[in-house]
Amino acid sequence: MEFKRLNIVYGHYGTGKTNFTLNCASALAKRGERVTVVDLDIVNPYFRSSDYHEELKRLGIRLIAPISANTTLESPALPADVYSAFSEESGTVFFDVGGDDAGAYALGRYSEQILKSESWQALFVVNKFRSLIALPGDAVSLMREIEAASHVPVTGIVNNSHVAEFTTPEDVLAGYAYAKEVGAFAGLPLAATAVPARFADSLQDKIENIMPVEVLVNLPWNAGK
Amino acid sequence: MSERVLMKGNEALAEAAIRNGCRHFFGYPITPQTELAAYMSKRMPKIGGTYLQAESEIAAANMVLGAASAGVRAMTSSSSPGISLKTEAISYMCGSDLPCLIVNVQRGGPGLGGIQASQADYWQATKAPGHGDLHILVFAPCSVQEMVDLVGKAFALADQYRMPAMILADGMLGQMMEPVVLCEPGEVQMVEKPWAVTGHGGRRPHNIVNSLFLTPDELERTVKERFERYRKIEKTEALAENYMTDDADYVIVSYGACARIAKSAVLAAREKGVKVGLVRPLTLWPFPKQDLIKAAEHAKEFLCVEMSMGQMVDDVRLAISCSRPVSFFGHTGGIIPTPAEILAEIEKMAGGNA
Repeated sequence: MEFKRLNIVYGHYGTGKTNFTLNCASALAKRGERVTVVDLDIVNPYFRSSDYHEELKRLGIRLIAPISANTTLESPALPADVYSAFSEESGTVFFDVGGDDAGAYALGRYSEQILKSESWQALFVVNKFRSLIALPGDAVSLMREIEAASHVPVTGIVNNSHVAEFTTPEDVLAGYAYAKEVGAFAGLPLAATAVPARFADSLQDKIENIMPVEVLVNLPWNAGK
Repeated sequence: MSERVLMKGNEALAEAAIRNGCRHFFGYPITPQTELAAYMSKRMPKIGGTYLQAESEIAAANMVLGAASAGVRAMTSSSSPGISLKTEAISYMCGSDLPCLIVNVQRGGPGLGGIQASQADYWQATKAPGHGDLHILVFAPCSVQEMVDLVGKAFALADQYRMPAMILADGMLGQMMEPVVLCEPGEVQMVEKPWAVTGHGGRRPHNIVNSLFLTPDELERTVKERFERYRKIEKTEALAENYMTDDADYVIVSYGACARIAKSAVLAAREKGVKVGLVRPLTLWPFPKQDLIKAAEHAKEFLCVEMSMGQMVDDVRLAISCSRPVSFFGHTGGIIPTPAEILAEIEKMAGGNA
């Protein structure tokens, strides 16, 4: 898939946007590119990019996270160094944005810098198997709420349809049709489809713009496996 | 059966309650439970239900008391500090023989504690969820699917025995995303509630829902009758999963999300040739004593693994009449035990045998 210098990643809670973001960032980092991840999820203190600090460091990816991250402080404040993401030195930047309109407000204060950048895109990650956005219309209304809060319009849809370890190629294909529908409804192109790396090759002739992904967001009982 | 969907634990608890006929939810936001109330606020108005954000947890729990008196399936949810505020109403509901569902998505304590996952409300849930001689049903799911399944069971048993039921979850379960299969609303059986205060219309004597008894004789008779019901529940409703316990020399006792970590450790220990098993209580009250007694027939030692300071240890000791040593390993308030740490404890317990 194609990346811009600034990549905003939106998506409903649980669509897998953090896992998608981490996969994109690590794919670029492994190619030797300079990558920065900005964790803007200041609404929900569980399961977000800044939980993967060590892993990102290992890959040479710079993480800019809320100052309250990795503490239990419920302080919705953003660090000043988010602004450094707009400098060329930060390389390719991914913004992991909170999962609804409340989360997307945090992006609003940077909207001016993003919109005047020469290379940016805003991706809306969808998952057919997330019950609250299972209808394309519901996904688009959530998208509109997010855009209204962030002032940065979505430019493309990402199909990240999965049911965790049960995901089959058929699920991805069903999600592909669904994501196309979301795109048609919103008047936006399908920018990519995230496919579990173990069967990504088998779908190459059926789906365009495949982004192979691994499960990087791990649960405690799988630790050390 | 419906198809598999991906849900966050808190959302799944809410959707499961709706599908089990709950149309009255009274809540108040608190991390890490807030998505449950938020989900209810979006869904209830669309299906003709009531979502009400009360002015406090105390108010919300007392609104549940009111709704339950009218015979409907009512529910409230909170996290640890908020549950402390609800205990007054829980006691009144026990004293009035009212069914309802209370969800506790536990966080660290005491006091404001912390907002990360914990299991430190075991004592509160199983020993004193309110003042007076009372019990509530306490369910301890370990996955999002089990939360969905136990919500149905909790409502059904609460109605059957006319008492409050609690889902004792934790921040990890509430926040995590897992695939689930939800029940179809048509699959739910509702019981008749002839005791409910629904308006007698001059056709029957009026019903009274009340927890005040002005003569000590009447109070004692009522409490003793209630305890006969409790004894029956202890005999018939205790639930546990016994995992690799048949030949186990060492048995881990753990519940909730923590038990899944313990299970990884059991498998790792088995690979090293140590015969370890896991007893995972699904009900914390009633406590699954029989499963532990059975495990004690051949186990040399027990190890409780909890995200608390070891609140379940004494219940395990009592269940097996202190016939085997029971040790403890755990962390509190947000530090989640790792499979490697538990494995190290198992190896310590097994001494030179590992």
